[in-house]
Amino acid sequence: MLHRRDLLSGTALFLLSGISARASILKGALPWVPNGGSPPEPIKPGPWHFFTGDEARAMEAIADRIIPADAETPGGSDAGCAVYLDRQLAGPYGRQEGLYIRPPFMKGTKQQGPQFEGGYSKLYRDGLAALDKACKAKYSGRSFAELPDDNKDEVLRGLEGSDFKLEGADGKQFFEQLLKDIQQGFFADPIYGGNRDMCAWKMIGFPGARYNYLDWIDRHNERFPLPPVSLAGRIDWTPKAH
Amino acid sequence: MANKLPRKDVVIIGLGWTGSILANELTDEGLDVIAIERGPWRDAPTEFPPNYAQDELRYRIRHELFLRPDQMTFTFRNKMDQTALPIRTWGAFMPPNGVGGGGVHWNAETWRFLPSDFVLRSHLTERYGASFLPQDMTIQDWGVTFDELEPHYDAFEYLCGTCGTAGNLKGQIQEGGNPFEGPRSRPYPNPAQKQGFGHMLWAKAAKELGYKPFPQPSGNMSQAYRNPLGVRLGPCTYCGFCEWFGCGNYSKASPQTTILPVLIRKSNFEARDNSEVTKINLDRSGNHATSVTFVDADGAEWEQPADLVLLCAYSMFNVQLLFQSKIGQPYDPNANTGVIGRNFTHQTMSSVDGFFDKAKFNFNPFIASGAIGMCIDEFNGDNFDHGPLGFVGGGYLGQVQTNGRPIETTPVPNGTPRWGAKWKSAVRDYYLSSLKGGSIHASMYSYRDVYLDLDPTYKDRFGRPLMRMTIDFHENELKAATYLTDKYAEIVKAMGASQVDKSPRKGPYDMTKYQTTHLNGGAIMGTDPKTSAINRYLQSWDVPNLFVIGANAFPQNAGYNPTGTVGALAFWSAKAIREQYLKNPGPLVHA
Repeated sequence: MLHRRDLLSGTALFLLSGISARASILKGALPWVPNGGSPPEPIKPGPWHFFTGDEARAMEAIADRIIPADAETPGGSDAGCAVYLDRQLAGPYGRQEGLYIRPPFMKGTKQQGPQFEGGYSKLYRDGLAALDKACKAKYSGRSFAELPDDNKDEVLRGLEGSDFKLEGADGKQFFEQLLKDIQQGFFADPIYGGNRDMCAWKMIGFPGARYNYLDWIDRHNERFPLPPVSLAGRIDWTPKAH
Repeated sequence: MANKLPRKDVVIIGLGWTGSILANELTDEGLDVIAIERGPWRDAPTEFPPNYAQDELRYRIRHELFLRPDQMTFTFRNKMDQTALPIRTWGAFMPPNGVGGGGVHWNAETWRFLPSDFVLRSHLTERYGASFLPQDMTIQDWGVTFDELEPHYDAFEYLCGTCGTAGNLKGQIQEGGNPFEGPRSRPYPNPAQKQGFGHMLWAKAAKELGYKPFPQPSGNMSQAYRNPLGVRLGPCTYCGFCEWFGCGNYSKASPQTTILPVLIRKSNFEARDNSEVTKINLDRSGNHATSVTFVDADGAEWEQPADLVLLCAYSMFNVQLLFQSKIGQPYDPNANTGVIGRNFTHQTMSSVDGFFDKAKFNFNPFIASGAIGMCIDEFNGDNFDHGPLGFVGGGYLGQVQTNGRPIETTPVPNGTPRWGAKWKSAVRDYYLSSLKGGSIHASMYSYRDVYLDLDPTYKDRFGRPLMRMTIDFHENELKAATYLTDKYAEIVKAMGASQVDKSPRKGPYDMTKYQTTHLNGGAIMGTDPKTSAINRYLQSWDVPNLFVIGANAFPQNAGYNPTGTVGALAFWSAKAIREQYLKNPGPLVHA
């Protein structure tokens, strides 16, 4: 069995990269190595990786309007949606890893899909700056996070309906990306920073990363009784730190 | 300068379903076979073990197991007078990559096409008259019949352990199966999978409306299975992480779970992964393939000589490599000449969501498999009279919900805001008591202005032109979509839904909306080299020691998932190579 320390050693790295990236000849036997996979890395709490302080304040405020808190379930920021997005934008998603980014960039039809240059990190950086600027201009110097909820919703509805214009950014496109990303963070496994304590899964009744329902496929119209599980298990399985 | 490797009898480009089947058949014949695969080796312990396979963000949203567009993509436009732009991130379809190909992350819906689908133009012309078909519709007969393919459908189903209920055994209609299917020589190798509450409630309503519902044929195992090669699969656990995901339980039929463990042990087989074939090389005559050139992940270029070349990549990449290798005459839609790129098709998917009273209905949508569900076939192909309807084609209707993964499957009724407190409470109220995306899985027939060619502007990582897709829906398909969606909605209403939201497919064809990855045609089979790229055995008309095996061969798309037919064609082509070609290498059909 490979231990974590071994993973950092040259041998283990060679084994891992031998499977995933280098070309190899497969002959005689399946190329199996013990623990040869790449488990997900749970995010670590701590300072923002991508957002500045101002950006993070705006993101948390936005997340709380997209997913407002109610009596049973926390809102977007307490659920960790801004943290989720911060780590996503600091990672492969923000860097457009794997996407086709060769020029020329030309404006196409809606059906031709996204054609913007600079990727999601630029979309957020420009969008959040333009949002606060536009809010300050309209609401006597107050940034988005400083607005009362009614005004925040007015701004978001304006972006959604292309009525509230941003300078140097496509407000509608920015809003659509925000909506998608915040909701994805709310429902993704908590190892990614959102859906804190599986709050979104508890809200809807999704049992999470369970992998066997053979005993339940025949039990029609019955509520599944077990609580959700994350890829990192459950908080009550983890011994308290000493 | 490429490093030249020792000659092999056979080189196979792509190690997915068709490459694995052909490699296994031809190594049995004693031939020395090498397969060259663009993507990495993939298997449950290395890529999707059951301790983290169930990660919706990683696999479904971020596309972990799929091709990355920076490695290869396409450009797209709806109409011939538009400028095509590159697909920068996948949307309408998701091309596979790596050993096992799409077989790793498919649903495993394993259908046979209807007998009339294989003789489509003659059948429709005979029944409705030639003038019934739109002028620019370019549908053709396949050059192979259902009866010829039946033993090969059977071989693929027994390889996969397909689970289902026969509807037609040697001409005898069977209770509980699909009465419209062509006659099968024996039952499915495994009984149908179990079904959830939503699937069975839909089937009950369909039956009350006079239809004959049957379980969807599934490559997710209803019980443990040992296939004819001696490879074993375990029973499916209905985990709800099937399509887009690899199976951590060895319960989904894939090359890894059915063929590769046997194939890899053969001394006359080897594979190279992370190696992309960039060209099929021809001799000076232009009608004999001598080798293939490939580039490995370190950028080193290699040449692999072989007597026989089998192009077994995903359908569109097969067409692309024919273009890049200058094999066959490119299709010209204006002059209506040429064959490479011609009769390119996709699918016409529509859906219906049903919302139910949460006090009475609890569907547990997360308990499901990739190919679970109940279907009816009354509105597929030419199973119904199109005369009064003014369109041709159709599809199966099915309650085939595969998951309750919450990023993808948290539907809310039409009219609900997309965010805010009302959205949140609707998500909570309907997660367990809604049925999402009931499947209307309809055909897309071929047209003169729907085709593939090379893009004039955008290049791949090797500096070669990307392939360009020109594709839009035509009125015939959109009419069918509306008709089928209305029929489906009647069933959901009869189930007792309090709200029924219909989404018939609308034009224009949209690259941002996922349909299926069933893109077909572009190098089609047929009986005439003027209108087909390959003959009835999938052998190139132009280069007889090249076979092009995949859904690229479909002259048009039927109203089913394609993999069953792709598998059958692979076995059919393998038989022709073994029994005819190897004895006398050369054209198997003389035009």
